[in-house]
Amino acid sequence: MNVVLRAIGNVFWSMPKGLAVTFKHLFKKPVTLDYPHQKKPMSPRYRGLHYLERYDDGSERCVCCGLCAAACPADCIYMEPEENEKGERRARIYEINMLRCIFCGYCEEACPEEAIFLGREYEFSDYDRDSFIYTKVQMLVTSPRKDNPFKWIIRKVRRVYGVPEPSL
Amino acid sequence: MATETMHINMGPQHPSTHGVLRVELDVDGETVVRARPVIGYLHTGIEKTMESKLYYKAIPCTDRMDYLNPMGNNLGYSLAIEKLMGIEVPDRVKWVRVILAELTRLNSHIVWLGTHALDLGAMSMLLYTFRERESILDVYEACSGQRMMSSYIRIGGLAHDIPRDFDKVVKRILDEFPDKLQDYEALLTDNEIFINRTKGVAVISAEEAINLSLTGPMLRGCGVNYDVRKAEPYSGYENFDFDIPLGKNGDAYDRYLIRLAEMRQSLRIVRQAIDGMPEGPYRARVPGVVLPPKEDVLHKMESMIFHFKIITEGFKAPQGAVYQAIESPKGELGFYISSDGSNKPNRVRVRPPAFINLGSLPSLVEGRLFSDVVCAIGSIDIILGEVDR
Ligand code: SF4
Ligand code: SF4
Repeated sequence: MNVVLRAIGNVFWSMPKGLAVTFKHLFKKPVTLDYPHQKKPMSPRYRGLHYLERYDDGSERCVCCGLCAAACPADCIYMEPEENEKGERRARIYEINMLRCIFCGYCEEACPEEAIFLGREYEFSDYDRDSFIYTKVQMLVTSPRKDNPFKWIIRKVRRVYGVPEPSL
Repeated sequence: MATETMHINMGPQHPSTHGVLRVELDVDGETVVRARPVIGYLHTGIEKTMESKLYYKAIPCTDRMDYLNPMGNNLGYSLAIEKLMGIEVPDRVKWVRVILAELTRLNSHIVWLGTHALDLGAMSMLLYTFRERESILDVYEACSGQRMMSSYIRIGGLAHDIPRDFDKVVKRILDEFPDKLQDYEALLTDNEIFINRTKGVAVISAEEAINLSLTGPMLRGCGVNYDVRKAEPYSGYENFDFDIPLGKNGDAYDRYLIRLAEMRQSLRIVRQAIDGMPEGPYRARVPGVVLPPKEDVLHKMESMIFHFKIITEGFKAPQGAVYQAIESPKGELGFYISSDGSNKPNRVRVRPPAFINLGSLPSLVEGRLFSDVVCAIGSIDIILGEVDR
C-alpha cells in the first residue's frame, strides 16, 4: 500500500515539480556566451597582463626602485637600472616571468610611481616558455594615455585616490 | 563457494572523487569491507611556503588552499595575524568581510550541490548552480579583480574599498537567490532517486562524529550544535541574527538539507550586513604594520617611508602563538601561527576542515554498498586543494 502511495506521489507531485523547473528553463534566454566571439566585460579592477605607464611627456614612469619585485610573492620580477640622457634613473632591464606570476596585483599596489598596472588582457598563450618572459618593451604602453583621456582619468581616480569606481 | 575480497583503487582520476583523491577499497561482492583514503596527490607545501614569506605575502597562498572559499581563507589568516599583532579593524571592514564570507559560503555550497547531484545522476543541477555561482564570482571580480584567487581581505583591512555599486549587486543576488534555492529544492528534495541514494546512506552517529572531530555540516548533520560563528564569534558575527540548522539522522540527505538551510541563513546574514553597513575607512590605521592608503603614499613623506618599510621588510610580530578559527563552508578552518619575533612566521599550521572530515570516510562506507562510496565522498564536501595543501 505504502509503495503504491509513494508511486502515486512521485508521478503526480515530485516528478511534475521537478519537470516544471526544467520546463521553465526552456523559455529563458541562455546565459552562456559564444566565447571567442563574445566576451564577458571585465571589471575595472580586473587583474590581467601587466603594462607599464608613461608620463604625459612620453618618458617612462618606472624608476626601477625595485619595490614591486620586493612585494612580489612569486618572485617573478627582475630588473636592472640605468641612467638616461638626462641622468634620470630608469630600468635597463625589466622583466616579468608570466609563467610564475600569480596575478595577485601586489606589484601594482606597491609601486610608488604609479608605473605598473595590471590590465585587462588575459588571452596570451604562446608556444614556448621563453616567450612568457615579458620585457620592458613589450609591457610599456606605446604612447602616454593622453589619446584616451577618459580611461586615464578613471584609472587615476580609482588607483591613486582609492576611490571605488567599478561597476559590474 | 569460496569468495575473496577484491582490492579496488578508486581514483585518483575518478570523476567523482572531486579532484585527485584515491580511495583504496576492499570489496566483498558489493559490500565494502575496508576503505582507506590516500591523499597527497595535490600536495603543494603551502604551509611551508607561507613560513618562508613575509606575513603579508602569504595571503595569496591561502587563496589556493580551498579554492571555493578564497575569501574565507583570507579572512582566517588575516584574523589570526590581527590577533597576533593586536590590531582592531574598523567596523566597516568587519561588515564587508562578513558579507564576503557569507557569499563565499553560498559559492561553496552551490558548487557542492551541483557536483554532488551530478555524482548521483542529476546532471542539470550542475548547470543551474554554476549559473548562480557566476553572480557571486562577479562580486569577487568587482571587489578584488579576480574571480577565484581574490586575495582581497588583507591584514588590517581590505585591499581596496568596496566598489561603488556593491550593495546594488549584492542586493540583486539576495533577491534572486531564494527563487533559485526553491528551484533546487523542487528538483531534489522530493526526488525519489535522490532520496533513495542519500537517505540512510553514509550515516555517522553524533558520538562518532565528535570523536573524529568532524565539524561543519558533517557534524551538524548529526544534530550537534556547533558552529564557530556562534561558539566563538569573530569579525562581528555576534551582531547578526541567524540560526544554526541542525539535522537528526547524520546521513547524506540531512547534510543536503542543512547546506540548503545554511544558504538561506547566509542570505539572511548578508541582508542584515548590507542594510547596516557602517561608513568608515577600509583599513585600520596601524603605522608600520598596515599599508597606508595609496594617496597618502604619494603625498606624505611618513606614509611613503612606512610603505617602503612594510613592503620590503614586512613587520615584526611579537613572540608567541595564536590560533584563530573561522567557520568555513566545510567546517572549522583554523590557522595556528607561531611567531619567533621575526618578520616571517616560525610555523604555520592550518586546521583544514576538509582533511579532518575526510577521515570519517572509512566509518561512512565500511560495511555498506560499494555504490554508496560516491555519495559518501560527495556528501563530505572535500576540496583536495585543502586536504593536501
Ligand atoms: S614598476 Fe614601480 S615599483 Fe616597480 S621598479 Fe618601477 S617604479 Fe619601482
Ligand atoms: S601580479 Fe603578483 S605575482 Fe605577478 S608580478 Fe605582480 S606581484 Fe608578482
